[in-house]
Formats: sequence, C-alpha cells, structure tokens
Amino acid sequence: MDKKYVPRITSFLCKWCSYTGADLAGTSRLQYPTAIIPIKVMCSSRVDPVFILRAFLKGSDGVLLGGCHPGDCHYETGNYHTRRRFAIVKTVFESLGLEAERIRLSWISASEGPKFARVANEFTETIIAMGENPVKKKIFL
Amino acid sequence: MGSKRNSVLIVGAGIAGIQAALDLAEMGVEVHLVEDTPTIGGRMPQLDKTFPTNDCSMCILSPKMSECARHPGIQIHILSNLKNVSGKPGRFKCTILERAKYVDPVKCVACGLCEDKCPVKIEDTFDVGLRTRKAISRYFLQSIPAEYTIDKDKCLYLTKGVCRICEKTCEAGAINYEDKDREVELEVGAIILAAGIDPFDPIGFGHFGYHRYPDVVTSLEFERMLSASGPMGGHVVRASNGKEPKKLAFIQCVGSRDEGIDRNYCSSACCMFAIKQSIIAKEHIKDLDSSIFYMDIRAFGKDFDKYYEKAEKQYGVKFKRSKVADIIETPEGKLRLRYTLEKGTTQYEEFDMVVLSIGLQAREANQRLSEDLDIRLNEFGFCRSERFSPLMTSREGVFVCGAMNGPKDIPESVVSASGAVANAVRFLDLERQGLPTADESIPEKNVIGQRPRIGVFVCHCGINIAGVVDVKDVAEYAGTLENVEHTEDVMYACSTDCLDTIKKRIEEHDLNRVVVAACTPRTHEPLFRETINEAGLNPYLFEMANIRDQCSWAHMDQPELATIKSKDLVEMGVAKSRGLQPLERLPIEIDPKALVIGGGLSGMTSALSLADAGHQVYLIEKEDELGGNLRNIFFNFDDKDPQVFLGDLIKKVSRHKMIEVLKGAEIEDISGYIGNYKTSLKAGSGKEGRLLDHGVVIVATGGEEHKTEEYLLGKSSRIVTQVEFERMLHEKDFPAGKLKNVVMIQCVGSREEGRMYCSRICCSKAVKNALELKKVKSKTNVYFAYRDIRTYGFSEKYYTELRDEGTVFLRYTPDSKPVVELIDEDVTDSRARVTVFDPIMDRDVVIDADLVVLATAIDAPEKNEELAKKLKVPLNADGMFLEAHVKLRPVDFATEGVFLCGLAHSPKDMDESQAQAKAAASRALTFLNRKAVLAEGTICQVMTDRCSGCSYCESICAYSAIEVDPEKLVAVVNEALCKGCGACVASCRCGALDLRGFTNQQMYSVFDSLDLVITEKVGD
Repeated sequence: MDKKYVPRITSFLCKWCSYTGADLAGTSRLQYPTAIIPIKVMCSSRVDPVFILRAFLKGSDGVLLGGCHPGDCHYETGNYHTRRRFAIVKTVFESLGLEAERIRLSWISASEGPKFARVANEFTETIIAMGENPVKKKIFL
Repeated sequence: MGSKRNSVLIVGAGIAGIQAALDLAEMGVEVHLVEDTPTIGGRMPQLDKTFPTNDCSMCILSPKMSECARHPGIQIHILSNLKNVSGKPGRFKCTILERAKYVDPVKCVACGLCEDKCPVKIEDTFDVGLRTRKAISRYFLQSIPAEYTIDKDKCLYLTKGVCRICEKTCEAGAINYEDKDREVELEVGAIILAAGIDPFDPIGFGHFGYHRYPDVVTSLEFERMLSASGPMGGHVVRASNGKEPKKLAFIQCVGSRDEGIDRNYCSSACCMFAIKQSIIAKEHIKDLDSSIFYMDIRAFGKDFDKYYEKAEKQYGVKFKRSKVADIIETPEGKLRLRYTLEKGTTQYEEFDMVVLSIGLQAREANQRLSEDLDIRLNEFGFCRSERFSPLMTSREGVFVCGAMNGPKDIPESVVSASGAVANAVRFLDLERQGLPTADESIPEKNVIGQRPRIGVFVCHCGINIAGVVDVKDVAEYAGTLENVEHTEDVMYACSTDCLDTIKKRIEEHDLNRVVVAACTPRTHEPLFRETINEAGLNPYLFEMANIRDQCSWAHMDQPELATIKSKDLVEMGVAKSRGLQPLERLPIEIDPKALVIGGGLSGMTSALSLADAGHQVYLIEKEDELGGNLRNIFFNFDDKDPQVFLGDLIKKVSRHKMIEVLKGAEIEDISGYIGNYKTSLKAGSGKEGRLLDHGVVIVATGGEEHKTEEYLLGKSSRIVTQVEFERMLHEKDFPAGKLKNVVMIQCVGSREEGRMYCSRICCSKAVKNALELKKVKSKTNVYFAYRDIRTYGFSEKYYTELRDEGTVFLRYTPDSKPVVELIDEDVTDSRARVTVFDPIMDRDVVIDADLVVLATAIDAPEKNEELAKKLKVPLNADGMFLEAHVKLRPVDFATEGVFLCGLAHSPKDMDESQAQAKAAASRALTFLNRKAVLAEGTICQVMTDRCSGCSYCESICAYSAIEVDPEKLVAVVNEALCKGCGACVASCRCGALDLRGFTNQQMYSVFDSLDLVITEKVGD
C-alpha cells in the first residue's frame, strides 16, 4: 500500500455535540488525520441509513456518525433513533457482504475535543489497515 | 409610567447574570451586563461536569454565552464595576468604571499570536494556578468576548516601558497601549445584583496540609484536573510523583458548618459536588478507591439521592461518617488521615490524594458593593434578603440573584435570576414587542427559479488558516466549480470591512448564494447570515465551510493535505448551497393571556407577577379556597407570620383586576401550542363549563403530604405528622398532661424504595417546630431520630441552636428504623414507646414519648399524570413534572409556552417556591411580551402526494409536531412546534418528508460532490 494513501471518512456530526466537540479539538490544537471530512447535521437522527450507504457507494472508505451521548440529545430522543438505525445498518452491511467495520458510531459530547481526536485517529488507522473501499472500483465489462 | 426607563443593569455575568440578561432582552428590555473579569460565564466554565446528570458544564453554558454576546439588546461591559447609583427605582442613574483593555476589541480577531510571543508568564486564575498564562491573554478558550486583554500590572511595556512584542506580532493592529479607564453613565429602571460567590480558601487549615503536601488539593483544583480541556487534559495525576492516584479521599465541610471560623452555615452544594467528582474520577481511573469523609450527606435536591445511591452502589464510593482531625504525609509519600468515627474511636487510613471539599463564601467585593449601593449584607457577608421576599435587597428597585445572597447550585441560581427579572419588570416601562422589523429599505430579492450564482469567500484568518492552508489555491479552485460566479480570498472574513466587501460583491455579481470558508458556523454563521440579509438575500441562502477549527488547526503539520481537504470542504459547501432555498420564518401570534394551574403559594405568586406586568391571568384552583399547603404553615424561623403573609397574598390576588380566580375548577382538556392554547373547564355542581383562550400555561399544582400508617400513625392521637404538630403548636392544643418527652422521626416515607428522594424541607421544618416547642415548653425533652440532618444553607444555625439547647439526635439507618409501640393499646391517646438504636452509644435507646411527630414525605399528586398527558409534558419517575433541562431550564418544559414551579417541580420551601414561581412568570413573560414569535425556518415539510399516512413519523417526533390528518390521511407538520431535527425525515418510509435547509437532495449532492468512484474498464 502506498504510504501516502489518505482514506476518506465521511463524518456526519450533530450540530449540538459532536460538531462542537470537533471544533474544540481544533481549538485545542489536537491533531488528527485529514481523512475526516465533516458534514454538519442538526441531529444524528437526521442521518438516513441511505446517507451512509450512498456515501459508502460513492467511494468513502469509512463513514463516521457522531451524536450526543445517550440521554443528552438536544432533541430529547434523536440519538436513540440513531442508535437503533445504526444497529440495523450494521446488520445490513454484514448481510450484503460489505465491511461493517467501515462504519462507526461514536457519542462525542461538545466538551470531548480529545475524544473526537482520539476517535478520528483510531478510526483512520482502522480504515488504513483495511485499505481502500473495494466498492470504490466500478467495473465495466 | 413614561418616566420609567426600559433598561436594567446587571452586576455579574455568571450563569445567574446571563440568565437574567437573556430573559430581559427577550422581553425587549435593554440590558447592561457589567462583569469584573474579562469574560462572561462566571464559575460554570471552570466546572467539568454537573450533577446529577454528569452533563458537560461548558457545553450547556456556551450556547447561552454566545446568545448573550449576539443579542442586540445586551451590552456587555467586561473589566467593569458598578461604582455609584443615584436616583429612584424606575430611573436610576448609574456610574460604571470600565477598565482599560489595551486591545481594540473591534480589531482583535482572537488569533492568539500575541499570547504565543508574549514573554511574561502569570498565574492562570481560571485554572486555579495549575497552569500559567501570558500577560496578554484570553481568559479561557471559549471566553466571550473572544478578544484578548492585557494585564496592566504584569505587562512589561505598561510596567517598565520595554517589550512591545505583542504590538509587533499583531497583524490586525489591535494593540493599543494608550487605552484608558473610563467612566460610563447609564440610566436604568432597575438593578439586578448577581455578583456570585467565592470558594473558601483552606490555606489557614494547617492540619490538612494544603499547599504543604502537593497531593492535597481543593475540590475546584480537582475539578480542573478532571476537565478534558483543563491543565491535565482530564488525566488526574499526583503532583508529587506524576502517577495516577489509586486511593482518593474527599473531606467534606472544609470551610462550612464551622462556628469556629464564623461559617455557621452549610454551603449546600459541596456534598453533591464531591459525589459527582468521585463518580467522574472513577470513570477516569478504573480501579480507583474513593472515600468521602462527611458529617451528613446533604443530597436534598431533585434526583440527588438517586445520584448518591448510584455513587455508593454502582461506583463503590465509600461514605465514612466521621470527623477528620488531620493529615500527615508518611515517609513513603502517602497521606495519612486521622479521623474520629461517630462512636468516638480514632482511626488512621492512608491515601494517595486528598480533595478538600471547600465551602462557598461571600465575596469580599460584596462589602464595597454594599457601601457603594447602600444595601445590607447578612452576618456572613452575603447580600441580605428577608423571608417572603427572597430576591429583594434592602434597597427598592435593586434585586439579587444567584449565590450572592446564599449558597446555591446552578438550577437554583438560574431560577433566582429569572425570578429577579420578574421583580425588576415592575419598575420598567415594558412594551409589547412586535416582530423584529425587517429593514424595508432592503427588499428581499426573489431568487426562486434562478440558476444558482454562488460567491465563495475564503478566509485567511490571519495566519490561522493561511499559515497551513494555501488559501489562494483554495479560492482559485472554488472558481472552477459549477455555478460559482465569484471567488475571493480575504484576510478576515468577519471584519467589518470584509463584510462590506461581501455585500458589494453580491450586488456586483448578482450573487444569490454565498459560501464562506472560514472558522466555525457555530460562532459566525449568524453574523454572515445577517450580512447577506442586509444585501437583500434571504439569510438561509448562506453556507459555511469550516476550514479552521476542523481543518487548519487540526492538521497543522500537513499543509498539503489540509489544502486538499479545504478544497473538498469548499466543494461540499458549494454543492450544498446550490440546493439552498429562501426560507420563511413563520410568525406565530401570541395571545397575551396566561393560565396558571394551582392556587397555592406558587400559583398565586406567578399569577400576581404576570398580572402586575399587565397580562390577563386565569388562576384555577381545584379546591374552593386559595392557599394550598401554605394554609398549614404557622411559623417561620423569625417573627414573620406566614398566615399574615398568606392573607395579604390572597387579598392581592382576589382583588387584582387582571386576575380571574376560578375556584373548584377542573380541567377537561387542553389543546393548542405556544401562543394559542385553549383550555376547557368541566361543568358541574352548579358551575358552567368554560373555554379559556391563553398563550402560555404555568403548572403550579403543588404536592401532597404522604399518607402512611408507618410508626402507628393514626393509632393514637399522640402520634402525629409535622403538619399536625405545627397546627398543635399554633393552637397551643397539646395532648393532656405533661409533655415530658417528644420524639421526632425524620424521613417517614422519604429516601426509601418507591420514594427514593429527599423531601428537602422536613429537617428544617422539624428543627423549626422543635425550637417553637422549646419556646413554650422549655422543659420538654426533644429527641430526633434521623438519617442525615439536611438543614442546608442558613438553616444550619438553627440546627446548631437546637443542639445547643440539649436536643438529643439519634441517627438510624434504613435497616434499623425506630420502633414505635403503644404503651396502652386500649385508649385512643396512648403514649408511645420509641426504641432507637444509637450508634454513638452502640445500644438501643428507649423513650416513653408523650408525643411522636413524624416528618412524612412530600408526594406528587396522583392527578399529575392526567395533567401531564393533557399538556404533553413529561413526569419523572417519582411523578413530579420534569423540566426541559435540569440545570439550565429549570422552570421551562421542552414544550414551548409551558412552565412549572413550586412543589410540582420538586419539594422546596416557601422562599424557594416563591423564587421559582416568579421565575416561571418571568419565562412566560418572555413570550407574553411579544405580539408574535418566529418559528425556525429549517423545519420539516411533507410532500403529501407521497405520504401514505402510516403515522410512523408521529411516533418518532419528540415534540408532537407532526400528526396524520385523520380525514386526508397524510402527515401534517405543525410549524410552530417543529424543531427541525430531522428524525422523522430519516424514518419516513415513503420519502414523503424532507428537512428544509438540509434536504435529502442537498445531502446527496454533498457527498456526491466528492465522487471517489474509480471507473475501470476491463477487457476490450
């Protein structure tokens, strides 16, 4: 594998917790790989399972989903829906023979800059170890 | 009326000051927020987590801080003090002294270069000395205002005339060494004091070795250690050897409940603080062994006892009832605690680290403030408030909130702040606010149907972005993207001149979408939205790419990759912006009338506050008489008679022309939403049904005395409840014969299975009644059977007084409850034999009691459940109403326009109920004082042709904002209720729902813009 290989990890971050946590990681100058490509959503529950699949099929090497800790949701119960949906998406990935390790759900609060950086680093390493998303290559005959 | 000012000055910008400022500003009042330090926020930013939810302190506070900073009605004066007040309430003349900042706040962009280069290190007060800062600094990372200030006593140039390095470093040219202190004159209608509290300094407690032994720290220092953004990054280590502590001790009441040092009061928050820290520390260090050394655990607030239980049972925290004598460091570097158990035996135990749970004390500055403002302080230096008027100072028109008039936790501070606002508005010339008027000189451009014409502005942010990312390259790249008509790199996108540039470019290039690649939308999106709106674009036609906080700052060593990522982020922003549509914020009209449910102390207080502010109030009471539980209270700790107070209150309420009292009323149904509620009252027993229209609801349904047969209650007229006993005392109607022994049993029904909460007021109530009894029957022996005495705050001194009177306190545990037997079963007024196991003497104590008084719990009324359903608001596990946020929204429900106060929220005393009732009124006024409010634009929409009416969305929505129309069988969004989270959109099986501003199409185009698919042709 090429050393300079930088995977792409589409990261859906809820505005109230994880996105703020990611900002705090930056403000604290905690370093993590550029693989993390953030997309702000109002609530992690806005993330339709289709988003995850679509991002994946469009070639993202990994998909990260960040929400408030259970019980802390700004919209009261949104992250509970996220949690349930995510469990199903994992199963769907497995049933389709896709690599379920390429998707990850993390609870990152607005104060957890260090956790955001840690998750970003860990997940990027996992993805690098797995290599490029095989779905990325569309093959024509 | 016209001579009154519609402005308020608030001293202190901690959570109380911030809450008061926001409430007032929402009512359209001009606010001057005067703060001594360089930032607003107060104590909360220093805290890592908050009890009993372990919520992150900064996360819940920072939105309120930025709201404060952005609100046009709030003017923040940092580094300022109130010097002088003259004139009368309604029209005070105030002088404030604003100290020099030496940095121009308009030019400073808070890049931090100056602090990097400044050669002078000083102690960081925010991190309580655990870290250093520079002479030019930002108070803490998220401080507001963000601008830097110079400490003039430490700056080399200002003290010695040499250096000027910051001036050379600052690319924005913001340093101004010529800055001067200045006096500002203000005219305001009322003043609210929220100057806060100080932690006790244990330096004088030599026996605990603070400062002598590096591993003895204060609870505030420990809090900073636990904080992820603190000096140790959340990794707790011993200062002595840099290793994680394995054994940790907390010593309670350091600087509280101590007559010897003139602190004969309880600091109220430290027990919970220590429990919280022991839980959090355990989460940081897995096999940590924590012990809390205490006298009584005072977990008296809502859901506090459950938290205490959790610490003990789930986290294995050891609670040791004892008195710590001293701490000595052993030659091995351990800290040896010598402590005395209840029984009087002395024990020794070694720890790695000791946390002193320091108390809260009045700020020294109170003294000067009291002289300058002519207000009275109490014996401990706190601002003095009288009973029945908990938020007033001794000067008319000057109010107090937060911990300045007594130790408080966060929600109590928030409650008192809103409450003080309700008091202050009486001296203001409140005017009902219309909708914020759009500037009509700038008509909004109609962009619907137009091809997107996007302008992209890429910010250097000094070198914050440009130091890492090739900004020019990014801007050029943006120019190659479809629909981008204009692209430009700018030095500081948020600077006033650049904002003007953006407006000019919109004009020149006829732009209809704007993308700014800069810092974070969390802080700057509102500013840019406002800017494009000034140029005639709908504010929702704006998108931001975060290339600083989430790119340049996070990838400082990878400039090339960071540039590539910035391009991606800009491309995604452009992709999303193509789909942006102008959104409308629909006005929701507010009916200025209020419904208050419950005619007890809280309900009447709320009703009166609202009516005094000029609003029609319907006050409904289920019984035929007003007064609620207050009808049973006859004594207070001082001479003021609660019944006289109640009589006055009922008179005021009944005679008020804006209040309609509806007694014996029962609610049939409540429907509607914020601003537009309809409540129908049941007809019956000679009453006609009524239909009431109102804009808001305040729930003040109170609490009930717990009904029980425990301890043979009801079996003898000599076994009574505290409520019955108080009436007995009042009517001097004691049981026949001598009253030799009286036994008071505490926690009857409270703090046990099924009612795992403290009823909060019973300890103080029992102490109060015991003291009253002593007044009339000085020879009577009083015995207390108790679990923990919870006379928090200033009630502590009455407990001390009672102890000094010779009252015997016998502690029992739930496993060894007192046993009550009738001495003569054949009579109805039998004396009772009470047996209590006394851990001090280590044996049973048997008392033949002439009277047994039971402190029965406070229960939530069963009817709460019915009302909760009608209002669509939640109850907690104990059947009490559950507020929107335990800490910061203690009187609001998540449902807008519905508020709560008094015992309906949780047990509390008279003054606390009053403060909360006023707070509920004040929160209600923030809506009632507007003709309409705007709903958020980014809300859910239904494509009815696709909807199958399955009603799945209905079950998902936490706000009951989407419902299936029973006739048309399609989902309908109530735009007033929808908060725009998108949970329903992601769950819709038919794809019939979408979220405006975050549509599915927009989201797809965002990740499609990064099409990474590699197409390979195989074969030929």
